[in-house]
Amino acid sequence: MSTSSVSKGCFVFKPSAKKKKTLSLEDHFIHGCEGTENSEMRFKLCQDLWDTIKTDTEVLQDELNRNILDSLLDFTRKCSSTRQHSDWASQMRASEIPTAALVLGVNVPDHDMTFQGLSELLQQSVTPHVASVQAKECGALKHLMKRVLERLMGAVVTVDDEEEEEEVEQTSAQLHNSVHCSLSTLCDWYNTKSKKSYTGTPGKKRSSPVKDDPQQPPLVIIFKDLEAFNPRVLQDFILICSRYIERLPLMFIFGIATSPSTIQHMLPHSVSSLLCIELFQSLSCTQHLATVIDKFILTTHFPFKLNGKVMQVMISIFLYHDFSVRNFIKGVQLALLEHFHSQPLSVLCCKNKEALLNVMQLGHQDLERIRQLPSFKRYIEKQEPQEQVNLSTDDAHIKEVCQRLIKDLHKYHKNYYPILRCLHTLTSSLPRYPLGKQIRELHLICLEKNVWENEEYQSAMRLLKMLAKDELITLLQKCVEILQLAKSKNMTSALVQLEDVLAKFKQLDVVAAEPPPSVEDCITSPVKNLQKKTDLFQLQKALLEMNESRRSKKLSPFEILRNEAIEFIDGLVKSHLSPPESQTLNEVCYYTSSATVRRHLNATPRTSIQTALNSPYYYLQNDRLKTEDGTVSNAAPDICIVYKLHLECGRLINLFDWLEAYATVVSAAEGNNPDFDNFGKVDDVKHARFIRAVSELEFLGFIKSTRQKTDHVARITWGGC
Amino acid sequence: MSALLQQPGYEEERLQTVAEQLPCREVQAGMLLSLMGQPHQYSYPSIFIYGHRSSGKSHVMHVLLKELELPHATVSCVECVSVALLFEQVLLSFFGCDAASLLPRSPSLSDFVRIYRQRCSQSPAKQTRYIVMEKAELLRDTDANLLPALLRLQELVEDNVTIILLTDIVWDKFRPNTGCFEPLLLHFPDYSKGELQQILSQDRHPSYSAELYSAYINILLGVFYSVCRDLRELRHLAALNFSKFCEPLTEGKVKETDTHKLWRNIEPHLKKAMQTVYLREVSSLQWEQMQQMEKKENGALRGLSAHTHVELPYYSKFLLIAAYLASFNPARTDKRFFVKHHGKIRKTNFLKKNEKTSNHLLGPKPFPLDRLLAIFYSVVDSRVAPTASIFSQISSLVTLQLLTQVSHGDQLDAPKYKCAVSMDFICAISRTVNFEIVKYLYDFL
Repeated sequence: MSTSSVSKGCFVFKPSAKKKKTLSLEDHFIHGCEGTENSEMRFKLCQDLWDTIKTDTEVLQDELNRNILDSLLDFTRKCSSTRQHSDWASQMRASEIPTAALVLGVNVPDHDMTFQGLSELLQQSVTPHVASVQAKECGALKHLMKRVLERLMGAVVTVDDEEEEEEVEQTSAQLHNSVHCSLSTLCDWYNTKSKKSYTGTPGKKRSSPVKDDPQQPPLVIIFKDLEAFNPRVLQDFILICSRYIERLPLMFIFGIATSPSTIQHMLPHSVSSLLCIELFQSLSCTQHLATVIDKFILTTHFPFKLNGKVMQVMISIFLYHDFSVRNFIKGVQLALLEHFHSQPLSVLCCKNKEALLNVMQLGHQDLERIRQLPSFKRYIEKQEPQEQVNLSTDDAHIKEVCQRLIKDLHKYHKNYYPILRCLHTLTSSLPRYPLGKQIRELHLICLEKNVWENEEYQSAMRLLKMLAKDELITLLQKCVEILQLAKSKNMTSALVQLEDVLAKFKQLDVVAAEPPPSVEDCITSPVKNLQKKTDLFQLQKALLEMNESRRSKKLSPFEILRNEAIEFIDGLVKSHLSPPESQTLNEVCYYTSSATVRRHLNATPRTSIQTALNSPYYYLQNDRLKTEDGTVSNAAPDICIVYKLHLECGRLINLFDWLEAYATVVSAAEGNNPDFDNFGKVDDVKHARFIRAVSELEFLGFIKSTRQKTDHVARITWGGC
Repeated sequence: MSALLQQPGYEEERLQTVAEQLPCREVQAGMLLSLMGQPHQYSYPSIFIYGHRSSGKSHVMHVLLKELELPHATVSCVECVSVALLFEQVLLSFFGCDAASLLPRSPSLSDFVRIYRQRCSQSPAKQTRYIVMEKAELLRDTDANLLPALLRLQELVEDNVTIILLTDIVWDKFRPNTGCFEPLLLHFPDYSKGELQQILSQDRHPSYSAELYSAYINILLGVFYSVCRDLRELRHLAALNFSKFCEPLTEGKVKETDTHKLWRNIEPHLKKAMQTVYLREVSSLQWEQMQQMEKKENGALRGLSAHTHVELPYYSKFLLIAAYLASFNPARTDKRFFVKHHGKIRKTNFLKKNEKTSNHLLGPKPFPLDRLLAIFYSVVDSRVAPTASIFSQISSLVTLQLLTQVSHGDQLDAPKYKCAVSMDFICAISRTVNFEIVKYLYDFL
């Protein structure tokens, strides 16, 4: 390093920015990636897919929240407009602070997105003054006040113990000199602000002299998590605000996770009577998930798919643990990344045309990989011997075959989803929901195995065969609508057939006007017989006969047609709803490693600590640590040895015995001769190592000190020997 | 009426207007005036005024000081999150913003006194200055020396200044241990029914006669007087329901004099209002909309407390159930409920003396995390791995205030919790997961 300085001295050289090479996302992706040759392409595909998913979720979120946000916006507008009325009733009325109680459900991680959207919308269409506060930043009234003022006024506030602000307006320089966090400051600020906007747009006032709405935009304060707020702080804040409500058009939005009655739990009547609370209920999170699944999973737009087990893991995390749609999407993102990162053939996981192009560019190694795929092996086995040889040797030929197979896979998806939806519409209204209430349940069943071999499926079909006419027709009508949206050839032909069936049903109406066939006769005759006989045995026989006759009786034309329709649906299901595992090359699109997803999304800290202590090889990957099941090598870290020894003790552990045992093990590890005198002797180093290991165990919560016996520690865990 | 307010040193006309604005509080106003004396005279250093909510304390002070144009500073103690704000407001309203800006960043009481004296010597008081402190009960939570010092501020600053404390509670609850200067006590009694009637009748609707409005107020008080004597609330309710009262009049069905029919019309409506809008189950805006809608359809608007249903993730439900069991069962009975071959334990001789009373009457007891998890694992029907999300669900239940953490948040080792949900709530939750909680509760054996 050189300097331009003439004098001698110490110079500090800061590392130049260029040298510090930051790894881009792509580098991270490519690093340690399986099959590096096409990793860049896979990275691009992966990122494109994720970007579309991300933008689409945002759009979806906005759409789902639109209703509730619109009504909220209406409420704010209404509130800010009624404020300006000057009739008798509103003058006499105690001026309450308009408050929207927004019930969002317990999926707290999702709320951020909602509030983000809400405050943006508010800022766009109602008022520029929106402040949102969280409980954790407002422990005391002072802090709450400060946050609110900061966010409303754009950071020109000081609390006593902090730096005073520099930004001082000339007109009110003296006032600002000692600004404190009080609402009167806010009042002054608001007045100057509205005055400014008034003088700034003089034409506006003239054009609308009656309605001066835009001059008085409300100040909206959003409490993101009402439950977590200190009730005392909230009460005081509301009391203060209500003193200023005449001068400041304040408005509150409470974000509530549990139920609206929390408001009454938190605020006494004297405070809640200062509020004018209106309730807004948001969409439930299960509905939200249903739409997300509908949009991203049950569609052909995204070539990337999850297999049954991965879906199961993610859905059960959602239902059992957090109810958070955001986490679900994060899970999808993880699966997506993992898939593209670990599966070299994922280069084919893209839109049909691109995939076909990519097939042509596959290298020899990739083709070998294809040959190794289980599904492809199965495919080869089914071919003629000559073809088998061709497939395993001729690269050009396999490429052609792959193109065809990829096309088939895409076709399969195109047929799968419409038929899945049809089956769901038919079965979702059956009593006891044999195939599940939600489409995701049906989808899971279909992913697992052949749905038609399922017992529930059989019972669903039986129930369908008992449906009344108008019900069946409406259901079939819905199926027609679903099929109309599908574009593949198979689906259009299915559509035509289904419409045919429907037309026949309608024709029945016309035919039904004719007198029904003489079914009655055969039924009435045994009934007549019944009346004659009094013998019990005879009666039983007659009843059995009746039953027989009814079962074998001629089906009405409607019943025939109904069976026909159901058979048709059954046929569709059998030909299109086979599980993806049966498809050749499904590994390209389906992510299967449910264990990875589970490990990443649903961490088990206790299990990993136990694994680390029991078999350090699992994490350290050192060959010396490799041992038989259930034993620990004596070369393992101290804590592992100590842990293993402590498992052999009872509830109370004698520290000295423990130390002796430890010293013996460690001496063996040092390769000392057991016959030596000082074998197993405790020296200072061993003692220190032991103490450290024991205190580490205590820190991890396996033991604690006890007063029951001196020189003993108590075990907190049980198990072991 | 106005004859009651007489005090030399003030203009007759002003006293008249004051008296007009203070119906039913003439006695107290007169008393205050005589305490205050003539403007230039020294007044008693501190006056303590107490009385229930909306018994006119602030109103009387405000009207007196404003109409008689006396120098005063009104401070609400809720608003003063720090004493600095209090000092600043007082200085600001007495000496202008120059004085307020002299205060150092975190001023002490002596700073305040110093600046006050300094300013006061520049502009000595010609009239008594008044400092009115609303919600004075909050002064007890501030520095211990603040209240005693304020009570004898007159001596400290050597100025003609009087502190007036307004509060809901009695002086006995204020008196510091160390003793202090005793202020003059003045009680504002509640308004009687007749007085309420008189006050409320004053703000009549301009387009209706005074008699009609007075009759309306009479009906209103008949319904609400037993539950609410808060003038502000009553006025609010009167305004909300008046349009409904006038409905038959505007439709031309009833004459103004026919009070009985009007009463028949409005009475059930008011009763409904008592259960909904008065309790803030329904907001006043919604109430007004409902009145307009009612002719078309009788849409039952559900109040806030009607929405008690909370949707929780599956394991959270079981965690909550386990927490409830841990809170309301004695720890010794866990063996009986959750171990398979527990043997018979007779309730009677198993009981300790203090456990004989229902645990539900005593309220939830704290329990350690270990016990919660142990019960959780035996209650939940499938095998659950002890994953991180189970633990995070516990803490999210705490933020949702369904559980409360008893031990301090810093204590990582063996935290303790309490279950904060009601019996009805937990029953509803356990019904959704087909768990018969009553079978596991010791109180219901």
